[in-house]
Amino acid sequence: MESKENIIVVKDLVKKFGNFVANDHLSFEVKRGEIFGFLGANGAGKTTAIRILCGLSFPTSGEISVAGYDAYKEREAIKRNIGYMSQKFSLYDDLTISENIKFYAGIYGLAPKIIKSRTAELLSRMGLEDIHNRLIRDVPLGWKQKLAFSVAIFHNPSIVFLDEPTGGVDPITRRQFWELINEAAAAGITVFVTTHYMDEAEYCDRVSIMVDGKIAALDTPEQLKKIYKTKEMNGVFLTLARGAKNN
Amino acid sequence: MKRYWGFVIKEFYHIFRDFRTLLILFGIPVAQVLIFGFVVSNEIRNIKISILDYSHDEVTEKITNKIISSGYFELYSHLTDYSQIEPAFRTGNVKEVIIFEPGFSSKLGKTGDAALRIVSDASDANTGRLITSYTQGIVMNYLQELMGQNTSVPFTIDTRTRMYFNQGMKGVYMFVPGTMAMILMLISALMTSISITREKEMGTMEVLLVSPLRPIQIILGKVSPYIVMAFINAIMILILGNFVFKLPINGSLVLLLLETILYITLALSLGIFISTVAKNQQMAMFISMLVLMLPTILLSGFIFPIENMPEILQWLSAIMPPRWFIIILKNIMIKGTGILFIWKETLILMGMTSIFIGLSVKRFKIRLE
Repeated sequence: MESKENIIVVKDLVKKFGNFVANDHLSFEVKRGEIFGFLGANGAGKTTAIRILCGLSFPTSGEISVAGYDAYKEREAIKRNIGYMSQKFSLYDDLTISENIKFYAGIYGLAPKIIKSRTAELLSRMGLEDIHNRLIRDVPLGWKQKLAFSVAIFHNPSIVFLDEPTGGVDPITRRQFWELINEAAAAGITVFVTTHYMDEAEYCDRVSIMVDGKIAALDTPEQLKKIYKTKEMNGVFLTLARGAKNN
Repeated sequence: MKRYWGFVIKEFYHIFRDFRTLLILFGIPVAQVLIFGFVVSNEIRNIKISILDYSHDEVTEKITNKIISSGYFELYSHLTDYSQIEPAFRTGNVKEVIIFEPGFSSKLGKTGDAALRIVSDASDANTGRLITSYTQGIVMNYLQELMGQNTSVPFTIDTRTRMYFNQGMKGVYMFVPGTMAMILMLISALMTSISITREKEMGTMEVLLVSPLRPIQIILGKVSPYIVMAFINAIMILILGNFVFKLPINGSLVLLLLETILYITLALSLGIFISTVAKNQQMAMFISMLVLMLPTILLSGFIFPIENMPEILQWLSAIMPPRWFIIILKNIMIKGTGILFIWKETLILMGMTSIFIGLSVKRFKIRLE
């Protein structure tokens, strides 16, 4: 892990909304190919940070580089190199599976030939060939979630940002979903994922835990458990979160 | 460019797969034009009246016949006593009663002074006023004929009226331009604001903003299908007005269509602005309906003349885009005038468009903060 290059570098990131400090001097690095878990209670500042990294929001101050590009000056280049999936899964209900794939691939400027071949490959890998003409609203939630993820990495980004991708899904589907994440990481895509399910933190290579807009801990799950002397990530989280002002 | 087309195709899928959207886009305009054209009308036709004739002579007969044969009125009943008038109005069958005093023709012959009383049901004030003035007109007309035979009267003033641009005083001349202004506003502003807020609600807007698409590409992609739809609608309304209601297009059709596109663009930019203010579809719908629809109908001069409004409302009406578009439409279609007569209104619409586009762009950026 040590030898790999940093793909995200954040130094002293501050984001204020009026007097409220949502992100208080965050500094961390994410390495290429890593699954980086970004944990925290609701309101800890996870979503604010991920939105800044994706270019959806401007930081108040700090140095940020994503995929080797500067977050202030090279936003367009960043956008071409990242994928994003929100907790809402963000597919169009009234479009079919194929149409959704085609649309999202199209806005990333992929050539029609590539879109066609990759779509066929994706549909067969997921076993969706028979229902590729079904509207998204008629597709079960678990499938929708997997599809949303596949769409988010359809253009082969170097990083994919997942904002609570497993919200509202049953444990078995969540497990299957993490298999997809592992596959993507194995294929060389860096995964930046926020979650508040502590069991999922165990699947990450490294985990950062945010409390009150600050990073309270950042290490591998094993290391964290050792430091906080507990058997599960949940214990680590509870110890840290107890100190939060907001609770 | 390819990205843009993908976006437009997607937007058309949204429109054509939603029955409600289709209904709003194509059902409502046709229904509105037909309803306004046929039903909402301030023309007088076949108003039921009763006659209370205490005189029953040659002159009262003649006047009665003249009134009934005018086409505006229809004889419902003959009354025999004054006390029957109020019950007749109460049943609602009769809108007007004409009363001739006893000895009408002999008084007219001897003193040149006879009394005819017109009583009308003013529970509907407009109709009440209109039918009494129509009746007065007919009676005056009869009097003039009478004086024409009787040359002993030294002089008369012969007033002849001619209604320029709308000889038949047809209501559609007023309602078709008004309906067009209203419907284009509804479709353009309402539909765009709803479709943009829907993307926000579904979370797809975030994904679009993370993608390499520029905000302006997103907005253009979302808006251009509705330009096409609204334009088709405008043409549909013009065709309906022309063939069903015989509303002429006296001026330049090209100018008319160009002004229509300008107005559609204005309404669309207003829709984009609303979508940057509204958090969800309900709110977008609420703002569009309440802030756009009602003032369009009430304050644009579509139904109620602006000159009759209190001064404050006149000022308010000046910021209603439909007001200016209706003036443009009436000028081109009915008066057949060219750009020389409507450049001021055109400039106002252009100014409003740039203000709303500017505001939307500003708000769109703020939203990204």
